[in-house]
Amino acid sequence: MVEKFISKNEKQTEELGLRRAEGLKADTVIALIGDLGSGKTALTKAIAKGLGIEQQVTSPTFTIIQEYSGGRLPLYHFDVYRLEDEEDMYELGYEEYFYGDGVCVIEWADQIKGLLPKNTIYINIYYGSHENERIYTIEY
Amino acid sequence: MKDNKLITLAFETSCDETSVAVVSNGREVLSNAISSQIDVHKVFGGVVPEIASRHHLNNINYVYDQAMKEAGLSLEDVDIIGVTNGPGLVGALLIGIATAKSFALATNKPLIGVHHIQGHICANYIEHKDLEPPFLALIVSGGHTDLVNVKDYQELEVLGCTRDDAAGEAFDKVARVLGLGYPGGPKIDKIAKEGNPHAVEFKRTLLEKDSLDFSFSGLKTGVLNFVNSEKQKRKDINVPDVAASFQLAVVDVLVAKAMMAISKTGHDKLVLAGGVAANSLLRKMLKEACDKEGISLYYPSLELCTDNAAMIGCAAYYKYKAGLVDDLYMDAYATLSL
Repeated sequence: MVEKFISKNEKQTEELGLRRAEGLKADTVIALIGDLGSGKTALTKAIAKGLGIEQQVTSPTFTIIQEYSGGRLPLYHFDVYRLEDEEDMYELGYEEYFYGDGVCVIEWADQIKGLLPKNTIYINIYYGSHENERIYTIEY
Repeated sequence: MKDNKLITLAFETSCDETSVAVVSNGREVLSNAISSQIDVHKVFGGVVPEIASRHHLNNINYVYDQAMKEAGLSLEDVDIIGVTNGPGLVGALLIGIATAKSFALATNKPLIGVHHIQGHICANYIEHKDLEPPFLALIVSGGHTDLVNVKDYQELEVLGCTRDDAAGEAFDKVARVLGLGYPGGPKIDKIAKEGNPHAVEFKRTLLEKDSLDFSFSGLKTGVLNFVNSEKQKRKDINVPDVAASFQLAVVDVLVAKAMMAISKTGHDKLVLAGGVAANSLLRKMLKEACDKEGISLYYPSLELCTDNAAMIGCAAYYKYKAGLVDDLYMDAYATLSL
């Protein structure tokens, strides 16, 4: 199924994230695909909030994986931009996260396409016609 | 020669660098070996992957040998074993921790886990032998942007941190947008010297009036939007101007928040740490702001700004003095509060 959603501002993006978080189950992978500054971390913040996580969600670019607990489900937030190839994901022990007890949100997921599980939720983010406008296509 | 001094052997593997150091009495560095400065590629005759934990695993014995050789000591001389146990990449942290635990078990010496940020602050104790708490610390790096109230060696309170991107990360990402390559910090610092910092007035995000938190994601997007809209108008981008304007916007916010924290805490010393502490504009503008208010500014030399094990050795020494010792059950933490 493919859904399309246009967000005019950060507030609407937050609403989208909160809504997506509602039905999430353990062992779910969400693949975020979109350019720099498209709001991948901002959307993840909203998903975390929707899961009931109170910790501050920050960019995982430097550490590659950030783990958040304290919500309805644990959240594993990945940024795989700096990885050289899919092989690096094995080193990170990705299977334990992907097929584990929580929700995985992966920024720059197009870099590790071959490793994403079948039931992955793909969210593509595109720039809209205005500066703060973003177009989301959600595929699952 | 040991001369009855307390010798710390320290390991740091929280991110890309594998580092091993030997520190005497906390503040005297006998050696500080860092993988990127040793020709590990030559040892292996190939390219070593940068990020994966096997990079640390491949390096650590060589870096250890180098550190011990430079220090001119043997393992029997070591009194304390320190290691970064968070925050960072768990797989990477574990290599340092497993190594440190092995040494602790084999030598029966105390093992001490160190918070990476506390390590960065301690880099200044090494650089400035007379520096003592209390003071305010601003830690800016690729992964962190924190204002910390250092009340005493072991009494640290985080007053503010980033809500999205770290300052150093914003430098890296903007450098990518401008086609300047990696690492972004030094590249932007250099090219900005040729640009006009007032060419583009990028919006500074200061958050709520009293907040000491930071947000650099909007600024990153601001630069991106500017570059894209200029491209759409088929205008050439003046890279030095954009770099200089962006850099000034980051530094403006860092200086404003640091001075706000100084006035809130009443400290008369400001300590800068982390990789972005090497930024020339940040040093210059902080110095000016501090001079105006009669505040003393401290920052470490370049080698101690970036990730290194000497700072971890210093931190471990002070934790040991305070009786804060860990056991062999110590774990690695991706997120860890100070």
